[in-house]
Amino acid sequence: MFAPWADPAARPLVRFDGVSKRFGTATAVERVSLDIFSGEFFALLGPSGCGKTTLLRLLAGLEMPDDGRILLDGAELTTVPPYRRPINLMFQSYALFPHLTVEGNVAFGLKQEALPKAEIASRVDEMLALVRLEGFAKRKPQHLSGGQRQRVALARSLIKRPRVLLLDEPLAALDKKLRSETQFELMQLQESLGLTFVIVTHDQQEAMTVAGRIAVMDHGRLVQVATPQEIYERPTSRWVADFIGEINLIEGSVIEMGRSGTVVASAAGRLRALSPADVKAGDVVWVALRPEKVRIAHEPPPVEGENCVAGQVADIGYLGDLSIYKVRLDNGIIMKTAVANVTRLVERPINWDDRVWLTWSSEAAMVLTR
Amino acid sequence: MSKLEAQRSWGERLILLVPYLWLAAFFLVPFLIVLKISLSHTAVAQPPYTPVFDVAAGWSGVIRALSTLSLENYALLGSDSLYLASYIKSLEIAAGSTLLLLLIGFPIAYGMARAPRRWQPVVFVLVVLPFWTSFLIRIYAWINILQRDGLLNQLLLALRIVDEPPAWLSTDTAVYIGIVYSYLPFMVLPIYATLEKMDETLLEAAADLGCPNWKAFWLVTLPLSRPGMVAGALLCFIPIVGEFVIPDLLGSSQTMMIGQTLWAEFFANRDWPVASAVAVVLLCLLVVPIVIYEQVQTRDLARGG
Amino acid sequence: MRRASWFNIGSLALGLAFLYLPIVILVIYSFNASRLVTVWGGWSIRWYSELIDDRAMLESAWVTLRIAFLSASAATVLGTLAALALVRFGRFRGRVLFSGMIYAPLVMPEVITGLALLLLFVAIDIDRGFWTIAIAHTTLITCFVTVVVQSRLLTFDTTLEEAAMNLGCPPVKTFLTVTLPLIAPALVSGWMLAFTLSLDDLVVASFTTGPGATTLPIRIYSEVRLGVKPEINAVCTILIALVAIGIASASLLAKFHHGGRGAMAGLAGR
Repeated sequence: MFAPWADPAARPLVRFDGVSKRFGTATAVERVSLDIFSGEFFALLGPSGCGKTTLLRLLAGLEMPDDGRILLDGAELTTVPPYRRPINLMFQSYALFPHLTVEGNVAFGLKQEALPKAEIASRVDEMLALVRLEGFAKRKPQHLSGGQRQRVALARSLIKRPRVLLLDEPLAALDKKLRSETQFELMQLQESLGLTFVIVTHDQQEAMTVAGRIAVMDHGRLVQVATPQEIYERPTSRWVADFIGEINLIEGSVIEMGRSGTVVASAAGRLRALSPADVKAGDVVWVALRPEKVRIAHEPPPVEGENCVAGQVADIGYLGDLSIYKVRLDNGIIMKTAVANVTRLVERPINWDDRVWLTWSSEAAMVLTR
Repeated sequence: MSKLEAQRSWGERLILLVPYLWLAAFFLVPFLIVLKISLSHTAVAQPPYTPVFDVAAGWSGVIRALSTLSLENYALLGSDSLYLASYIKSLEIAAGSTLLLLLIGFPIAYGMARAPRRWQPVVFVLVVLPFWTSFLIRIYAWINILQRDGLLNQLLLALRIVDEPPAWLSTDTAVYIGIVYSYLPFMVLPIYATLEKMDETLLEAAADLGCPNWKAFWLVTLPLSRPGMVAGALLCFIPIVGEFVIPDLLGSSQTMMIGQTLWAEFFANRDWPVASAVAVVLLCLLVVPIVIYEQVQTRDLARGG
Repeated sequence: MRRASWFNIGSLALGLAFLYLPIVILVIYSFNASRLVTVWGGWSIRWYSELIDDRAMLESAWVTLRIAFLSASAATVLGTLAALALVRFGRFRGRVLFSGMIYAPLVMPEVITGLALLLLFVAIDIDRGFWTIAIAHTTLITCFVTVVVQSRLLTFDTTLEEAAMNLGCPPVKTFLTVTLPLIAPALVSGWMLAFTLSLDDLVVASFTTGPGATTLPIRIYSEVRLGVKPEINAVCTILIALVAIGIASASLLAKFHHGGRGAMAGLAGR
């Protein structure tokens, strides 16, 4: 399986080393250290203002870091001007040159390398075919649709075969259907060309879909860097758990630790969950539980013990493939559970104000210390 | 400092330096010279003032020259009521015409801004076009109309509004007409620019909240167009104070505006030092409005135009 | 909600009539066979033919055109550089003074600037004439070009420049291949504005002129002081026609380039 980050001997393609960037009094990026490996599809994910776009621009050379270094293949990249970096950026607004045709836009990068005209022409044709824009060569950007412009921007940045391709929220302007189609296209492109992609997005679903690894950022800092699965199932903080998908968070204190999990006393009763190693009795922790891992039923479980609470259905959201139930527990806490609608017809559907029991296994929950 | 930053600042410096030096040499320095001349004496010589700084005379020559500078020209300005009357008249006419320009220019700008979108470029060009034709020509055109046997009087006589053709030329009225006519684009365009940028949904919101049209105009449109009015007013007032051509061609020679006074001192009396003193005092009078104008400009620039 | 109310249409129509009436009258009377304004002597082009024989007038026209061309071009270069500095350079030492020098000529009464420049030329003992007028005009009109170009630069999308650099284009080349083509309409507008201003200037030219450099405005002015002259009507009509043709073609160009309106608005925006 492709996982160079797990290999201690692997050398990263891009390395951020303690990079900071400030704009006036505001810190956009704070002491970020990150390795990105060749062949990765890497995502920078976070809410707006978290610094992910700034980090991208630092890598492209459009901003200069105030502290720290950036290395490409082990060589110092920090002082190299943007027009000498083998890195290309696809702008969120596409930034197509309005006074040039599609052909002119795509060929722009190659013209800077002073290649022979014939070679430029053939590579442009090749690239236009790759992004399925043959026949559009003589058009001007103003006469293209949003999706077409996006593909021109992609072609323009790919044609120079950069070491790293940066994509700044490339799918933000597209409608939902086009977005999911393009997501898969991007993944296929990246794999077939064997390039390294770094994408910036605020859409967690997008990041989870396309990326091999995600760096979650908040207020200029890296919060967690891991594969989508790890981030989803093993978040390192409540913030990450809450940022990605839905989560139930129940506060409590540690009673005992053992091989079969950690027991936490909380307002929702006795909870048993998996926990990181550095937890001791008496610590205030949070038990994090994804809604789809919670079972909901009208009857209480055969053994009422740990990981079991009773409550009343406060709200139901029907999403077609899922049903989301908001249950108000006897002590006031609201928990969410998501149930896949596996059968078309349900014998005894769960309704508003029904009295229900929620149960889950101890492997389904995790203990978070921060 | 990285190589990239060093290279950038070298190129940047050049971009800045060229216009900076030009302006410093041909704008700033001349004003300093005006100041110096205003402190000099008239002389029947070429150039017609003393002292003349003779670089060859060395440092002591400079000191000697400096010691002969005096404020006598300013004293002259203060003592002779002619100059005072001239300054006052200029400020009067400038204030009056600026007010007229506001009253006339605003409806025009408003009409332009409310025109259907398709027509806007056409209307815009139509309003701007006279500005592009010669200033002198347009004033001269008014002489055609305003002279004793000119078209205005012909019309008035034909309509029997008057029995005797009144004299329009060589009056303050003619000067006002000429000024309002010439400076109208300077007032209309800034107001139009502000009105055009105005968000129409604000008026729709006002209507939605129960505000009648005239009231919405008073409470929403007018306050929002204030920056344009201020810019237009400054853009007109300041140069009008020093106007020369219009009062010279259309006005009387009894009370002259300060621009005419300066011109007369310079060309007719060949009295450069006094002319310079007149200029310096005029500049001092205008310094406050000019500074306000500059602040408005830079504020607009910071706001992104 | 573009209601063209009667008040709006009325004020606009009145305003335009006010603006154009004197010009229209002038043009009509340039074809008046009679010398006098009071008498309409029928249509005639005699004043135009007399104009062609007026050597002094033609001389002045030629001088004026050359000066206008030179100063407009110089002012466009200086004005563009100044606009770049003001828009792109943020805060720098001496910025207040710089922007002060840029904006002041916009409002400064011309008698003051004219006087100041003449005194400079006298102080450095330069022969006054063609070149002093050209220098004076350049200084005076640079600020107008700056305003027009600045307005365009403010709406310019800098990510285009970033994209170009990202694709391997060094800064100077980026400016020449990306920025310049896109702000070109504003530069052209600025040049035309500068050309007109120089063509039209009387006061500063009068101060800084010398023997052999009588510009058209100076000549017209000296004749006009003595009263209305039909030949002047003819000269003026020709100038108006030239300007009208220039503006019309510029507007047509602007229609194809989308940039002209912005520049004209920039003119308004000052």
